[in-house]
Amino acid sequence: MNRVLTYYLKPYYLRMMAGFVIKFAGTIMDLCLPWILAHMIDYVIPQNNKNMIFVWGGLMMVCAVLAWTGNVVANRMASKVARDTTEKVRHDLFSKVTYLSNQSTDAFTKPSLISRLTSDTYNLHQMLGRVQRLGVRAPILLIGGILITLTLDPVLTLILVSVLPFIVLIMTATSKKGIPMYASLQEALDQFVRLVREDIAGIRVIKALSKTDYEKERFGVINEEVVKIEKKAGMTMAIVNPAMNFFLNIGLVFVILAGAYRVNAGKCEVGKILAFMTYFTIILNAMMSISKMFVIISKAVASANRIVSVLDAEDERDSKLVLEEKDKAEDTMISFEHVSFSYNHVENNLTDINFSVKKGETLGIIGETGSGKSTVASLLLRFYDATEGNIFIGGKPIQSIPLGELRSSFGVVFQNDSLFEDSISENVRLGRALSEGDIKQAILYAQAKEFVEEENRGYYDKLNIKGANLSGGQKQRILIARALAAHPDILILDDSSSALDYRTDALLRKELKEHFKDTTTVIIAQRISSIMHADHILVLEDGAMIGYGTHEELLASCQVYQEIGRSQMGMDVSAS
Amino acid sequence: MADKNKSYEKPKNRRGTILRLGKYMLCYFWLLMLALALTIGSNLFSLIGPTLSGYAIDAIEPGKGQVDFNQVFYYAGLMVVFYVVSSVLSYLLSILMIHISRKVVFRMRKDVFDKLLSLPVGYFDTHQTGDIISRISYDIDTVNASLSNDLVQILATVITVIGAFSMMVVISPKLVLVFVFTVPLSICMTKLITSRTRPLFRLRSRKLGELNGFVEEMISGQKTLKAYHQEENTIEKFDAKNEEAVESYYKAEYYGSVTGPTVNFINNLSLALISIFGALLYLAHSMTVGDISSFVLYSRKFSGPINEFANIISEFQSALAAAERVFLLIDEVPEPLDAKDAKELTHVMGNVRMEQVSFGYTEENPIIKGLNLRADKGKLVAIVGPTGAGKTTLINLLMRFYDVGDGHIYVDNEECSHVTRKSLRKSYAMVLQDTWLFEGSIFENIAYGKEGATIEEVEAAARAAKIHSFIKRLPNGYHTILSDDGTNISKGQKQLLTIARAMLLESPMLILDEATSNVDTRTEIQIQQAMRRLMEHKTCFVIAHRLSTIQNADVILVVNHGEIVEQGTHKELMEKKGFYHQLYRAQFE
Repeated sequence: MNRVLTYYLKPYYLRMMAGFVIKFAGTIMDLCLPWILAHMIDYVIPQNNKNMIFVWGGLMMVCAVLAWTGNVVANRMASKVARDTTEKVRHDLFSKVTYLSNQSTDAFTKPSLISRLTSDTYNLHQMLGRVQRLGVRAPILLIGGILITLTLDPVLTLILVSVLPFIVLIMTATSKKGIPMYASLQEALDQFVRLVREDIAGIRVIKALSKTDYEKERFGVINEEVVKIEKKAGMTMAIVNPAMNFFLNIGLVFVILAGAYRVNAGKCEVGKILAFMTYFTIILNAMMSISKMFVIISKAVASANRIVSVLDAEDERDSKLVLEEKDKAEDTMISFEHVSFSYNHVENNLTDINFSVKKGETLGIIGETGSGKSTVASLLLRFYDATEGNIFIGGKPIQSIPLGELRSSFGVVFQNDSLFEDSISENVRLGRALSEGDIKQAILYAQAKEFVEEENRGYYDKLNIKGANLSGGQKQRILIARALAAHPDILILDDSSSALDYRTDALLRKELKEHFKDTTTVIIAQRISSIMHADHILVLEDGAMIGYGTHEELLASCQVYQEIGRSQMGMDVSAS
Repeated sequence: MADKNKSYEKPKNRRGTILRLGKYMLCYFWLLMLALALTIGSNLFSLIGPTLSGYAIDAIEPGKGQVDFNQVFYYAGLMVVFYVVSSVLSYLLSILMIHISRKVVFRMRKDVFDKLLSLPVGYFDTHQTGDIISRISYDIDTVNASLSNDLVQILATVITVIGAFSMMVVISPKLVLVFVFTVPLSICMTKLITSRTRPLFRLRSRKLGELNGFVEEMISGQKTLKAYHQEENTIEKFDAKNEEAVESYYKAEYYGSVTGPTVNFINNLSLALISIFGALLYLAHSMTVGDISSFVLYSRKFSGPINEFANIISEFQSALAAAERVFLLIDEVPEPLDAKDAKELTHVMGNVRMEQVSFGYTEENPIIKGLNLRADKGKLVAIVGPTGAGKTTLINLLMRFYDVGDGHIYVDNEECSHVTRKSLRKSYAMVLQDTWLFEGSIFENIAYGKEGATIEEVEAAARAAKIHSFIKRLPNGYHTILSDDGTNISKGQKQLLTIARAMLLESPMLILDEATSNVDTRTEIQIQQAMRRLMEHKTCFVIAHRLSTIQNADVILVVNHGEIVEQGTHKELMEKKGFYHQLYRAQFE
């Protein structure tokens, strides 16, 4: 929160000050009105001078107009400051998230990052606007109101002020009780939404297993829980208004009583009591605003803290380049030397991996689910740094290549890759400087031309969210086209042909062989047929290399590979 | 919050919606009547306050030495009583309203959820989850906020306005003329402002929604964007969306923030006018100072609600629109009821037959045409074919997620439309490519289909699905909670868990739709060995891309364009050298 105040609001201090001054002036105008009313009743009316009545009445109207102008102008200035600050905070936060290291992304989790960028920045925006608008007005009204009443009659003011502690007490007590209730309500609501989302996703399974009654019961429990908390929080907060009204009105009664004595003693005029009543209403409203602001601010402080904790997180741009040149032979494109890696720094996910692939060669990686295949790809793209050992790309240590340069040399399809709500052509281009021809060519190579052009669909038709209007195989082909489009030095295909039927898969491999001779390819697959033609095949088990060589070599030497081969190709292994 | 003003459009069938909302409320008729009484009571009591204070001031008015203390104390005492009663009543009222509205919300949520579970699965293929969720959470909340606040507020406003107005008329009919000027003015101003700001607020929510959508999409694809070095481009695109969002927010506020000061201005204006004319009337001896005091207090009470009324009405409008969206969902056509003479399917043998089955999700686009199929008890039927050939549709028909367009499906010679859906579905165990696990322990997830399953049974199933040793290695074993984003578990492991779940069922028929596509082949074979034992007496339908998985099937159906183009054992089909042969050879090319 401090960061927001000092760093983000600093450029606007001057504007905020100007706004405050204008607002202050406007609010003072508001406060003048009841004072004038009292003055009229006590001093002007007894003079029996109609003209004076009009003069003072006219003054009241001038005050009203000034109050209106001041408040409107100040409000608009405040909105502007809130707008500019929020824009900057959001921009910084989004840039940060975009460059966030994968380690940090994993720690924050994506849903949490999304909610920080959306609802937390929204809360902040709302708070910045409201606090500037109400935050000045309410205290001014409150303090100004009390000060003016002091000039009217200090004794009556003391009576009035003496009820304020009660109100403050009630407000703090309830919000102390209420705010955590709202926090737990938010949690319960998250559970509620989660259950609905979960059941929509699993509707087929639920129906197939005839679990609808069970799910209704589960929902009933959560529904009841949410309602219970809502009720509790609502009832707690419901005390504030009647109680505040009560105390202020009681104060009013005491003012009248004390006023009666003072008027009787000749120390006070009736008009002042009248004015007091009006100030009471103003003070009451100010107190209500302050109590409202209290909730807004505490909500926003929580949000600001969540935002700042992301802004402080480790950034990929922070990673230093190691300039130590330990160049390898020119023609090795990728090499791993005794590489080990662990996500949680407890258990190794990869242990002592060694291989080297020359330019234009193909590396196949095969292994059980969870054996560390995709981790190899993450290390190549430097999403993570190896815990031990060295990785060389194009002969240079991977840490010596600027990230942008490093990644530009890759074309990648991930296991659960993303399509965006954009045209097919833009999904292939993905913001890069590629010509129309490059894109069409890539779509052709990726065996996607047929369905892109055929089904009343064009290169410029928008895809649904996450490409929902494409079948699994079609999605994979668009993703492959994206990876091929820039003719990358290194191509990584992580389980990216699992939804393709064998024929299409084979055609794709043929295209790669013909048109991407100079591209070094890393294919990660479950199907042996996808990698059996690779120049090198790496067999992983529990993060360790248990086989490395060509298809024939591995068939002869690696038992696990033999088993996979036998299971997938049956008797035909030797024949091929 | 994102689409807060989305539903500000005018509801289409206002009367019907109000009537239905009324029905929800009417269940609590007596409570409502009580609320009504409380509202009237608490407002009347607080309305009398200013009159009493006016009397007290009149008693003070004679000035020095002449204050009538008996009167002052009398009225002050009355004021205390009235304010206490009014505060108590208004507290009771809020509690009562919270009570009623929570009951209504509970029922509405329940109705929506129950409806959701009775809808045909096709509904969820065409309706965005986000939209459904916003109905069950946001829309219902809007309705409820409106019910608990606006209703009371409207009532209170009406009472206050009428009460304050008549009080003022009683005090001084002439001074009331001031409002002839200020009330129309304030109505005009609020109308002007709201008509100006409403579209702006709508725009603001839309832009914010767009921004949120963009963020969600980009963060989900963060890895891809990084790999293609698109950080800067994305940030630029984000900046454009961000600017639109904050700008529309600002625009809405630019005009919206005028409302408060304007309301205030008109209040001040009437105060000034009342002061002037009140003073003049005092000089003409037709008003006392106490009268002016009461009048001023009433006028504050009076102008506030009048201005707020416009807001409340528009809020009420949005609540009606939200209610309409909720009712639309509740009115969706559920899965048709089982036929009246529908039988429970018991002691299923597992003989399945499809006769001349045709089906399409839409009339003009048939997916399956005149299909015949026979799967006898204990047989393994494999279905292969290119993507989009209609394999998954077949499963949808077997499970009766959809009803056939033409033709018949029989289980043990019972026509499927003549048995209850529940018993039909219970006779199948199903494992789908899109694994579904819920947030709960691994034990609960595996035992999901079988009530009262013991830990031994669950472990046996997990062992058979080759996931037992993985679970054992987790710190909490079978009590490990699977989290939403499932970072602690891979896609392949998820598939194994759902297979374990299916293994625990005692259904005579089994459906595997690409159930092992993300499991490596070695594990798959091991599972299959376990499955085979399990499947011995079951009829199995298997869909798989990896042809190696299905070579041992009793019959392989090759589907293309909704028709069975070939059918036979692996050996027969290979000898035939047709479509299957082509598909098969492709894996070695």
